[in-house]
Amino acid sequence: MKTMTFNQAFASAIAEEMDRDPTIFILGEDIGKHWGGSIGEFRDLGDRLDSEKVIQTPVSEVAIVGAAIGAAEVGMRPVAYLMFCEFMGVCMSEIMNAMCKSRYMTGGRVKMPVTLVAHCGAGVGAAGEHSSSIEGMLSSIVGLKIVLPSTPYDVKGLLKAAIREDNPVLYLHHKLLVLDGVKSDIPDEEYIIPLGKADIKREGSDVTVVATAAMVHRALSAAAKLQENGISIEVVDPRTIVPLDKQTIIDSVEKTGRLVVMTEEPRTGSVGAMVSAIVAEEAFDLLDAPIRRISAPDAPVPFSPVLEKVWLPNEDDLIKAVTEID
Amino acid sequence: MADELNREKLTWMYVTMVRHRAFENQLLELYEDGFVPGHIHLSQGQEAISVGAIAAMRSDDYFTSNHRGHGHLIARGEKPERMMAELLGKSTGLMKGKGGSMHLANLDFGDLGADGVLGTGLVIAPGAALAAKLRGTDQVTLCFFGDGCINTARFHEGINLASAFKLSVVFICENNTWAEATSIYYSTNLTKVTDRAVGYGIPGIAVDGNDVLAVYEVVTEAIERARNGDGPTFIECKTCRQRGHFEGELQTYRAEGEIEECKRKDPIPRFKKKLIEMGVLTEEEADRIEQEALDEMAQVVKFAKESPFPDPEETFTDVYV
Repeated sequence: MKTMTFNQAFASAIAEEMDRDPTIFILGEDIGKHWGGSIGEFRDLGDRLDSEKVIQTPVSEVAIVGAAIGAAEVGMRPVAYLMFCEFMGVCMSEIMNAMCKSRYMTGGRVKMPVTLVAHCGAGVGAAGEHSSSIEGMLSSIVGLKIVLPSTPYDVKGLLKAAIREDNPVLYLHHKLLVLDGVKSDIPDEEYIIPLGKADIKREGSDVTVVATAAMVHRALSAAAKLQENGISIEVVDPRTIVPLDKQTIIDSVEKTGRLVVMTEEPRTGSVGAMVSAIVAEEAFDLLDAPIRRISAPDAPVPFSPVLEKVWLPNEDDLIKAVTEID
Repeated sequence: MADELNREKLTWMYVTMVRHRAFENQLLELYEDGFVPGHIHLSQGQEAISVGAIAAMRSDDYFTSNHRGHGHLIARGEKPERMMAELLGKSTGLMKGKGGSMHLANLDFGDLGADGVLGTGLVIAPGAALAAKLRGTDQVTLCFFGDGCINTARFHEGINLASAFKLSVVFICENNTWAEATSIYYSTNLTKVTDRAVGYGIPGIAVDGNDVLAVYEVVTEAIERARNGDGPTFIECKTCRQRGHFEGELQTYRAEGEIEECKRKDPIPRFKKKLIEMGVLTEEEADRIEQEALDEMAQVVKFAKESPFPDPEETFTDVYV
């Protein structure tokens, strides 16, 4: 057993997979030994950063994703690093068309084992083009799977599963969880976390809170405070947005009868909206109270720390929502 | 160079150009008769490029195609029956009727696929070449694209990556001077398209794209350069489009006499004349080749028409592996 940070777990998953499978290589912006990724995700690859299978590319997102697609089509398993998730806007046609539709449009002839890696999330004063969470928007790209972990333990198990997938997977690394130094105990033996399997991060009986990434940690600290008032919160972390583990969420709602969904995204077209719609549509009879949603506002992430704090959903928002629920 | 080609290969080139033309002429008839869903982009007049370039490839090389790409796959050996059935949206189609004309792909022939978004192949081709480099093979990737792609970000990013990393890609611009309904003389300030290559530090070579042997020669040289580790080449094949951007559009942007002039430059009669002069074919043999292509494509049409449409359940399959 070792204690690892978000980045250590990330690099250890990549290192183990590269050692296991010679078709795996990584390419992307500033992944080489000087930076090892813009928030140091790859730094713990150590000597492997000198390998020809670690390719620091030009800052050229369209070329990076295009090259990953071409290499994957001919049998490689690329891990393509795009830095900030907003940069996916530059290469969106390659992602939503060439990468994610090829399997379907070729009637199953093409396999596309690409893992895209980007970091996401607000709270570091990086303003609107370097702080967003766009998993809700991306979840409507059919053919793409989306991984969004909240702990180093999940990072390692999910990233390994993503790399082994024969489908395109977007792996999102929340930068605040890196900078906050979130740690997990990581077993020495290998483990894989299958995509599409939610995790109950805290068991409870009164209210289900479905939360993702950094919001899982806000939900856990709110749950500890609410427990003091005798309110028992169950925190469900979907871990993968696509596929979404609907059953675990619905089973939890069956137990508690109440649902709050907490995600760090604008309200419209969000994962929060999707989870709420699914429960309203498929498990309405299990609910004893209306679903509550906690989200960011429909505004870009502001720069000033004072404004960014207002923008970010927090513990108090959740405590208020839970307290108001019948 | 032509002297080095044996009779068999020269005949194959002619047969393939004629089959490519016959396939698209039949497709046009099917379209006009209402059998083809959606849009088709035909390449009559551009056969010398697909055939000349693909004749220079090795069997384990790769290529990317584009929306006007039926000929690339025919030249590489795909069964026209499966292609035609695909274009009619039939279950026997190459991709079960789920992709259609703009998305033909078959990795069995090293074909990484066509695209419906201008220039996508320009960034995918370097990826296949990067894979070859990582594996230590000397496979080369050909990238076919139209002149409309040269003003996209993909043109810049793809060629830059290939040249920066000396990847084995041959970039083949099929310059028919029209990007949809927009002229290259309007959309760029270039007098020579090959000047673009200078900015990437790679050779830029212009060739008569209606001369199949000239195309074969420059592509052969570019493939050799790539295989020797000397990186990519940009080739401009100057040609013209006998049809519209897609079938059914009015082509009001064409100058008077332009299409007639294009047909006068038709690469197929030109190559036929050359082969007869070279003593490779007789007039009768050429006629027989044409008739055989017509007979073959009549069977292709029959197969495609008689094939069933996909089962409705197919809507939901193949999204994921």
